[in-house]
Amino acid sequence: MARRFENSTHGKWARRDILKGFTILGGACLVAPWLPARAADSPVKGGSLVMSLQTEPVGLVQGITTSSATSSVSPHLFDGLVVVRKDGSLEPCLATSWEVTDAGKTVTFKLREGVRWHDGTPLTSADVQFSIMGIAKKVHPRGTATLASVIAVDTPDPLTAVLRFSSPAPVIWRALYGNETMILPRHIYDTGKDDLFANPANIRPVGTGPFRFKEWVKGSHLVLERNPDYWHPAEPHLDSLIFKFIKDPAARTAALKTGEISYAPNNPISLQEVRAFQANPEFTVDFEAYRDAATLYFFDFNLRKPLFQDHRVREAIALSIDRNLLSRTAWAGLATPATGPIPAYQKSNYNPHTVQYPFDPKRAEALLDEAGHPRGPGGIRFTIDHLPNPYGEPDRRSALFFKQALKAVGIELEVKNFDTPTYLRKAFTDYDFDTHSAWYSSFLDPQIGVIRRFWSQSIKPGTPAANASGFADAEMDAVIDRIIHEGDEVKRHEAILEMQALAQQKLPSINLLELPMFRVYSNRLHDLPPSALQSFGPSWLQS
Amino acid sequence: MFDQSSRRRKSLKAVNSLSRSAVTILCVVVVNFVLMQMLPGDAAEVLAAESGSGSASTVIQLRQHFGLDRSVLEQFFAYLSNLAQLSLGVSPRFNLPVTELILSRLGNTLLLLLSAMGIALSSGVIAGVVMAANVGRWPDRLLSLLALLLYSVPAFWLGLMAIVFFAVKLEWLPTGGIVTVSQNNQGWDAALDICWHLVLPCLTLASFYVAIFARLTRSAMLEISQQDFVRTARAKGAGPLRVLLVHMLRNALVPVSTVAGMHFGALMGGALVIEVVFSWPGMGQLAMDSVMARDYSVVLGILLLASVLVIIANGLVDALHAWLDPRIAQD
Repeated sequence: MARRFENSTHGKWARRDILKGFTILGGACLVAPWLPARAADSPVKGGSLVMSLQTEPVGLVQGITTSSATSSVSPHLFDGLVVVRKDGSLEPCLATSWEVTDAGKTVTFKLREGVRWHDGTPLTSADVQFSIMGIAKKVHPRGTATLASVIAVDTPDPLTAVLRFSSPAPVIWRALYGNETMILPRHIYDTGKDDLFANPANIRPVGTGPFRFKEWVKGSHLVLERNPDYWHPAEPHLDSLIFKFIKDPAARTAALKTGEISYAPNNPISLQEVRAFQANPEFTVDFEAYRDAATLYFFDFNLRKPLFQDHRVREAIALSIDRNLLSRTAWAGLATPATGPIPAYQKSNYNPHTVQYPFDPKRAEALLDEAGHPRGPGGIRFTIDHLPNPYGEPDRRSALFFKQALKAVGIELEVKNFDTPTYLRKAFTDYDFDTHSAWYSSFLDPQIGVIRRFWSQSIKPGTPAANASGFADAEMDAVIDRIIHEGDEVKRHEAILEMQALAQQKLPSINLLELPMFRVYSNRLHDLPPSALQSFGPSWLQS
Repeated sequence: MFDQSSRRRKSLKAVNSLSRSAVTILCVVVVNFVLMQMLPGDAAEVLAAESGSGSASTVIQLRQHFGLDRSVLEQFFAYLSNLAQLSLGVSPRFNLPVTELILSRLGNTLLLLLSAMGIALSSGVIAGVVMAANVGRWPDRLLSLLALLLYSVPAFWLGLMAIVFFAVKLEWLPTGGIVTVSQNNQGWDAALDICWHLVLPCLTLASFYVAIFARLTRSAMLEISQQDFVRTARAKGAGPLRVLLVHMLRNALVPVSTVAGMHFGALMGGALVIEVVFSWPGMGQLAMDSVMARDYSVVLGILLLASVLVIIANGLVDALHAWLDPRIAQD
């Protein structure tokens, strides 16, 4: 059945994926003899994995309180219907097979038999129905949009869930994995009360995953223990997962070095320390694990201001920023210049043929002169302010870099640093800025993470991480409409390529860098899942 | 007759100071509430932003959950009526009663504060006495230099260097946290484990105050050594050690304990930095996180508790003064 699905909609890609599979296999065969022999090849049972978390999560259920801290805990507690492999193909999880009928408007999932919640209740299709209709479509910050076309989930029998769509929605195949559309227990969440955020199970979760909740010592640590009734007979190998809340990056570095923690997610150490850890044979610095999130750093203009409505001004600013130098000065050389709104490593969506704005301060000055902004007293053409996001040292340093780069072409940039809530209010509610820099996750599909920057309907005051620049363009809206509603994968792909070309050509916002996202772990830890958003079911610790 | 009026005066004084404390606490509540309201941004936006994406409907639901759809006055009276029922309310962010959130950290913070204060006071006073007894000679010079060093080095830097040296290089002590999470210690082992974790944060926090108390004790001792009663004590034949410890030190402790009481509040502020550097699960970190998340019920609860703690600390200092110098009690 799984095969049938993949053939029916992924027919065009299947062959290419197989070819790619062969190359990877071939590569592995070639490389294997030079790899150091592993100390032990078969998984070891038992052991506790201690890891760090930068902040204490608010809740442990990613389907309800979505955050990066929660996303490091939740995948171990909950499963999704499917697992998305690195190449975009799907692997069964709670669903063992699925079938697409009715020209993409009906998808039938067969659920795995014998799966039980951590409290012993069996998993049924009613849980799937409630998780999608009653939770994800209601409170999930992305689910409300990605699952918009799901009109009903039918439950003909306890192990069959039928998703019905108003129009075909290819995007759901990149959103049905566990960390994005989590299957939650109906018998715990369907209480008749509206406030899902207040449910006590958000902090004492009941899931189906390989680990179950044990204890949470507020401010100190959180313990998950092996789920002995996990549906996968061989997993998990570890006895427990312990998350220590360590706020200071230097303290995390020290804890890794002393072996107090063996795994550290979400850019745990300062970028300057990365090279030292890469050179250390005891550790791995893994940049691949967050490619699902695909973070892109950008520079927004407030297009409500007449100054920035002139394409020449925006282009001049884009030409004044040397992205390679920006990466070296603020991101320890670990970021890659972006050529568009989708990172180049996301090959299935990426468009390499778009307009580029390579560093050229001379041309920038000519454009500014032409736009009627000559250098005035003190060599200043005009003064604007800049609102950097306050999430880290590299962001602040980048803002200072912009200040210097723009000074060179005669633009005075006043950097305004605030704490997070003030920043959010200014950037996304009051639109109180001239220019703004931030990074968004693009996610597996541009419909989930990219179009929000360019869609007129994403201009929603009071909503963080939406369209802050105020860019509203009929041509762009038409392309985005095709991305959302086109059922045919090939035509939809064309729309995705076109969206990138338009974003580069119209330049409502400068795409700066593909940011480095990484995790650091001890080499005693084996068989980690390829994505940081998957569970440690198969992972084990060498003793 | 005399006894009764004195008792009445005493109870009047107690009522007076209690009502003064109550007014202080009410002022703390009002000022903090107004300050929190003046900060831009709100808890719903912060929580929505943590997801990295937002949908307008999610933000609206979050705002309802946080009670932010009510007017500021309504929110304030709801808080006051909670407080009147001796409840600090519920943190909508963590979905836990504020009292539970704070009490789970209060012990850790008090452990850190009191042990740091104890170490700072005892070693500061000893150093001060040694300096005063050897004024101008090498022990005085050396300790003065050391005190100057501790006084001027920022605590977070000292903490980080202590981690690098004692935890990473020598591997004597843990880098942070309060317990070894991978061991499930019980009883004495657990207590010992906490002590090991306490050493570095406690010493780092104490360092600055050791310097303050040492310098203060030294100058107080030197000032007192010029006074008539010290000469009298020496003249009547008291040994130098007795003069130093009984006659001089007891009097020098009055200004030292006054300053210690005043610094108790500052010490709580200093503990915040130490808590972050050493991942110590205390109230300071919770306060900081709650301000950044605009979770005002928690912030107000902590500030309230902190002001109560400061009031208690000052009360204790008053009692200590009365014991050190009976003349103070008679006023």
